[in-house]
Amino acid sequence: MEHFFSLLVRSIFVDNMIFAFFLGMCSYLAVSKNVKTAFGLGIAVTFVLLITLPVNYLLQTKVLGPDCLIEGVDLSFLSFILFIAVIAGITQLVEMVVERFTPSLYASLGIFLPLIAVNCAIMGASLFMLQRITKDPSDTQAIANIGDAFAYALGSGIGWLLAIVGLAAIREKMSYSNVPAPLRGLGITFITVGLMSMAFMCFSGLNI
Amino acid sequence: MKALRNFLDKVKPSFEEGGKLAMFRSVFEGFESFLFVPDTTAKRGAHIHDCIDSKRVMSMVVIALMPALLFGIYNVGYQHFLVTGQEMEIGSIVAYGLACVLPKIVVSYVVGLGIEFIVAQWKKEEIQEGFLVSGLLIPLIVPANCPLWMLAVATAFAVIFAKEVFGGTGMNIFNVALITRVFLFFAYPTAMSGESVWIGTEGIFGIGGASNVIDSFTGATPLGQVGVAQGVVTPIITNAVGTEISTLDMFIGLIPGSIGETSKIAILIGAVILLFTGIASWKTMISVFVGGALTALLFNQIGTTPIMNLPWYDHILLGGFSFGAVFMATDPVTSARTECGKYVFGFLIGMFAIIIRVLNPGYPEGMMLSILLMNLFAPLIDYFFVQANINRRLKRVKK
Repeated sequence: MEHFFSLLVRSIFVDNMIFAFFLGMCSYLAVSKNVKTAFGLGIAVTFVLLITLPVNYLLQTKVLGPDCLIEGVDLSFLSFILFIAVIAGITQLVEMVVERFTPSLYASLGIFLPLIAVNCAIMGASLFMLQRITKDPSDTQAIANIGDAFAYALGSGIGWLLAIVGLAAIREKMSYSNVPAPLRGLGITFITVGLMSMAFMCFSGLNI
Repeated sequence: MKALRNFLDKVKPSFEEGGKLAMFRSVFEGFESFLFVPDTTAKRGAHIHDCIDSKRVMSMVVIALMPALLFGIYNVGYQHFLVTGQEMEIGSIVAYGLACVLPKIVVSYVVGLGIEFIVAQWKKEEIQEGFLVSGLLIPLIVPANCPLWMLAVATAFAVIFAKEVFGGTGMNIFNVALITRVFLFFAYPTAMSGESVWIGTEGIFGIGGASNVIDSFTGATPLGQVGVAQGVVTPIITNAVGTEISTLDMFIGLIPGSIGETSKIAILIGAVILLFTGIASWKTMISVFVGGALTALLFNQIGTTPIMNLPWYDHILLGGFSFGAVFMATDPVTSARTECGKYVFGFLIGMFAIIIRVLNPGYPEGMMLSILLMNLFAPLIDYFFVQANINRRLKRVKK
């Protein structure tokens, strides 16, 4: 249980997808113009992560790993392609749900909702998990069972949500400020994200 | 006064459009409005008249910082003569302190204001006075041995990338002085932390000197000492020559640390000035202390490392906690602006500061990073409180 919470907190603050690895930047920069949409996308990403990571974990350990399906056969060369397939499938599902229940959010997310399928943060989380499965169970980063995979997914999702909502609030506030013309739009956003990740460096090396 | 006014009136034409010195127009305007209240008035729209403007606010904060600065100058000299084992004379203590601190103030002001002047001239705007406070805060939150060129680089970085690109004074998201400190901390870690940076051992301009530095002195700050301690029990905190530091000493402030942060008495005087003039919000200030104290008490209950067992009042008295709470967290530009948001903002600053101190072995001091982190989330806190207000009032209308 302790490891579950440690993994959760670490993946929110220490191994934050945005500020520590700069993953998922395209939708992060594009959809962070206002808090409401950003929140919607953050929830969608968290949801996709929550489903795909445990599924991918089971795939890797029960089907693809060495000696899992057939004795003496290692199918792990298939993991990339199968992970992507799972992610794309779940994204389709999320897209249909969002379109059915919140059409306004669906309209404002636009192309970035189907693009969750190729969001680096989600594929990244699956690949980081691949690395972490092999780690020793006493390691603070190890993912040893499906509960840990769930915690890691939840933490990464919340971390990404926190980052995008924070940036969106800053950008809403910044729309009233007098930014020099050449920097308006993406330029100032990049600088802001840089300063934000500097602030987040206070968690690097946190010992939980 | 009158002569000054006459002189300004006489030279004014040459600074106006088409004059000989038109390129220094903004500089002239800055000085003029610093000395005299400008006579231009707004022609249109509704305006709220108040005797307080940003220049007066800034001047008031600078006055509130003075006790911390003066004590810092004394403490730098005091620590120096403590480790060199020379005779303590008030004259030479102050002289050494001045020789150490004044160049830092000059560098920070020259670099920062220089950039401000250039940008104001380039954008054809008036000079804004925000840097008056940042320029004094920066020297107060660096160690005594911070090299001047590092200070200049960091100040330039902070003024350009944390302030000017966001549109200048009042528009910045992050506190400029904090960005300077954090830049220094991450870019030059060896010059910003450790044991040897807090106390000057070499003579400056021929004052003081390391003729006979006593053999075993440890210059680590109290928090640094607790941070590296082994076992469970909080170690006895000592000053540079091995004398124990009591809680009263932490309050008075003759301990190693950044220049302005050591004396809680001086900070208390500053806090009283800021609160009395209504410049700083008491809500933010109080909730920082409450958040810090509660978190420290919580860690006391767990208590498996020396720093977890540090009592809450020591947490508040040590390091930059009080300085940050009084002068940095209350910055009206970068803190939360909704009244309820200020409680949340302050509480989280206190909480994260203690969490970073206790759980992060790399950073014995977490206050500056914690305030910076909450600067990041201040707009979000405001957003939620504004939305809550809107929803509440909508409900009232619908009834």
